[in-house]
Amino acid sequence: MPETFEPRIVAFFCNWCTYTAADLAGVSRMRYAPNVRIIRLMCSGRVDPQFILEAFARGADGVLIGGCHPNDCHYIEGNYKCLRRFRLLRRMLDDMGVEEKRCRLEWISASEGDKVKKVINEMVEQVRALGPLDLPGRFRDWDKEVAALEHAAPGASEPCDAHAHAHKEEATHA
Amino acid sequence: MENGDSKVRIGFYVCHCGTNIAHTVDVASVAKYAAGLPGVVVARDYKYMCSDPGQDLIGEDIREHGLNRIVVAACSPCLHEATFRTATARAGLNPFFCHLVNIREHASWVHTDRAAATEKVQDLVRAACGRVRHHKALERKRVTVRPEVLIVGGGIAGIQAALTIAESGKKVYLVEREPTIGGHMAMFDKTFPTLDCAACILTPKMSQVKAHPNITLWTYSEVMGVEGFVGNFKVKVRRKPRYVNEEVCVGCMECIEACMYKQPKFDDEFNQRLGKRKPVYIPFPQATPKVVLIDPETCLHFKTGKCKQPCIASCSRNAFDFNAEEKIEDVEVGAIIVATGFKPFDPARSPKYGYGHFPNVYTSLEVERLVNASGPTGGEIVMRDGRKPKSVGIVHCVGSRNLQTNRWCSKVCCMYSLKLAHLIKEHAGAEVYNFYIDMRTPGKGYEEFYNQLLEEGVHFVRGKVAEVTDWAMTPEEEGKLVMRVEDTLAGFVRRIPVDMVVLSVGLEPREDSQEVRRMFNISCSSEGFFLERHPKLAPVDTATDGVYLAGACQGPKDIPDSVAQAGAAAAQAMALIDKGYIEMEPNTAFIEEKECSGCKSCIPLCPYTAISFNEATVKAVINEALCKGCGTCVAACPSGSIKQNLFEDVEIFSEIEEVLANA
Repeated sequence: MPETFEPRIVAFFCNWCTYTAADLAGVSRMRYAPNVRIIRLMCSGRVDPQFILEAFARGADGVLIGGCHPNDCHYIEGNYKCLRRFRLLRRMLDDMGVEEKRCRLEWISASEGDKVKKVINEMVEQVRALGPLDLPGRFRDWDKEVAALEHAAPGASEPCDAHAHAHKEEATHA
Repeated sequence: MENGDSKVRIGFYVCHCGTNIAHTVDVASVAKYAAGLPGVVVARDYKYMCSDPGQDLIGEDIREHGLNRIVVAACSPCLHEATFRTATARAGLNPFFCHLVNIREHASWVHTDRAAATEKVQDLVRAACGRVRHHKALERKRVTVRPEVLIVGGGIAGIQAALTIAESGKKVYLVEREPTIGGHMAMFDKTFPTLDCAACILTPKMSQVKAHPNITLWTYSEVMGVEGFVGNFKVKVRRKPRYVNEEVCVGCMECIEACMYKQPKFDDEFNQRLGKRKPVYIPFPQATPKVVLIDPETCLHFKTGKCKQPCIASCSRNAFDFNAEEKIEDVEVGAIIVATGFKPFDPARSPKYGYGHFPNVYTSLEVERLVNASGPTGGEIVMRDGRKPKSVGIVHCVGSRNLQTNRWCSKVCCMYSLKLAHLIKEHAGAEVYNFYIDMRTPGKGYEEFYNQLLEEGVHFVRGKVAEVTDWAMTPEEEGKLVMRVEDTLAGFVRRIPVDMVVLSVGLEPREDSQEVRRMFNISCSSEGFFLERHPKLAPVDTATDGVYLAGACQGPKDIPDSVAQAGAAAAQAMALIDKGYIEMEPNTAFIEEKECSGCKSCIPLCPYTAISFNEATVKAVINEALCKGCGTCVAACPSGSIKQNLFEDVEIFSEIEEVLANA
């Protein structure tokens, strides 16, 4: 772990609540850690689980999703859809060894600028404590392992789908 | 990474915003950094990008360098996206080739470390330059806007807005929950600082509303549900039964006289429960519409079924209908003005003032009724124990400016306390003490009014009242209410015995403001008042297009401010409906038919039922007119065949890739 590890967090904020709350935090000159890069979407319902996986695969140390509080969604129920997907994805992330605190879903309304500050600061500290995730590095290691196994047992069965996928992922990042 | 489409020619602009951005972000180095990004042809930093010369810069570069993508790193897109899109369009480029990067609200204003902030901005700029290469030319679609306006709440704000719009020739539906319009203002006696009588200036407007051919007035009614969107809202209104036909009753009040209850027996809500009314009643003499109503909770007929119903016999116009049921009205409107007002703070929440414990502790609204000539005492200040007060203490900031109750200043209490002090002195000749934290009298003629009160001999004590008690320590305090207060100007603790205490209660959001907010799909600020789109530049707009705010539902306001805001809301609504159409953001979803497998996953996800299934082609179809552009279906489509304009997968994936590319 480098001595001065600065976590890199990608955030997906819905336009109506959380993005606006982040604007409010700015207007109110609240100070928070500069580690988060916000990507604006119209609704947390637009957050495709692949966005989260892609961010981790590209080297993010954490992913933060912000949406309107339950019952407050500008599009009625997009945040519930987001929550459902988040729960399912969570299980997958656990299997991949992505710690719980690295991927967070928060309901932040347009008036909660202070919550943006609090959540970001808290998450940056938690991810800093966890250290780098370095999924691209792990992909490389796993590929090496697979390659070594293939090498050790020539003519063995074809690599399973997961390995092929990891291989493909790595190819795109190269 | 692919080296970019050689045809993509990006113009990049970073704004200093005076020093707002430049102070924390090294804009020159951001521009230099952007110049090295693939596809960037021009990269500039400029003092104020939103100024005319700043916008012209974009146009000149588009023409001179043949730019076909524009990235502006400046303030929030919520503020200036439209500005830069328009500037882009002026130079002949499709406005949706322009993308805004938020480096003020999301960077320079929230960070202090210049190096870290600059690095963050560079990441965001790289992401934006990555995404714009995938942008497409898009067209805004036009949606027709219905010319009718719904106004919710018939207080002074709702009344003013309704009259303004109706006068312009547009149709207004005014919905009021209470049996009469007029709101809180109708309860007041005089208005500060001019001391003109509230009824004298309000009731003509109320009659005008009732008589106006363009206003449909529905009192004793509530909005049950709102569907649709800007220009085309479908509203359901529940009209509660009065058991008296509103069209037939002329308000002669013979039935009230005839009621089985010879004396008024039930608490009169309009008079703050200080007076009594009968089960058949009219809230106050100038109630509009001037129609009686029956309260089924107290009416003998509804309670026992054994009433001789003299009211029916007394009515020469056969207006009574005991079998009346609630009616549901469906209306379609183009715009909505929410003017639902406020709730006075309940002083029982601050028990130290003894409200509800000592009968001679009153709220300011109760005293408004006491001093009102049409109030329960005919304008005489008579306390609950029948005495007339010789000394009165007025406690400012009850519930306001207090971390335990409400943090905000309710804005009107200082002024109405001065007004009540004047009226109490005038009506009862009592000694009046004002206990204040700070006197807040900004407004035309307000400070002058304060000075007038000082000259009238009203006592002012600067200090927060610690307690109102009946525990007498001296013979003079016997039988009195003692105000314990630290006089912070004199520098010692005082005990001031008075006969009557008036609590100047603050203004709060209404109890059901959360439900109302959800119904109209608008937000609340942290204190619970409805949230305007921008505190300075869009004070009557909300985050939902076509829904506007007026009056104290947006925050504490006095009458002049409410009226002014109602006018502004009316003007905004009229600007919308008069044009007849609105151009929608083209961020709708569409289906690549080739790719669609016809799995139907998307269909139940759409809250607007915009997606249907074409049995002939076995593909899903999105109705663009119904799609609101949330993108939920896009995220769910297993084959990736649904795309959302401005938020296509390829655009977001390139943002993710680029934002993390400096590893």
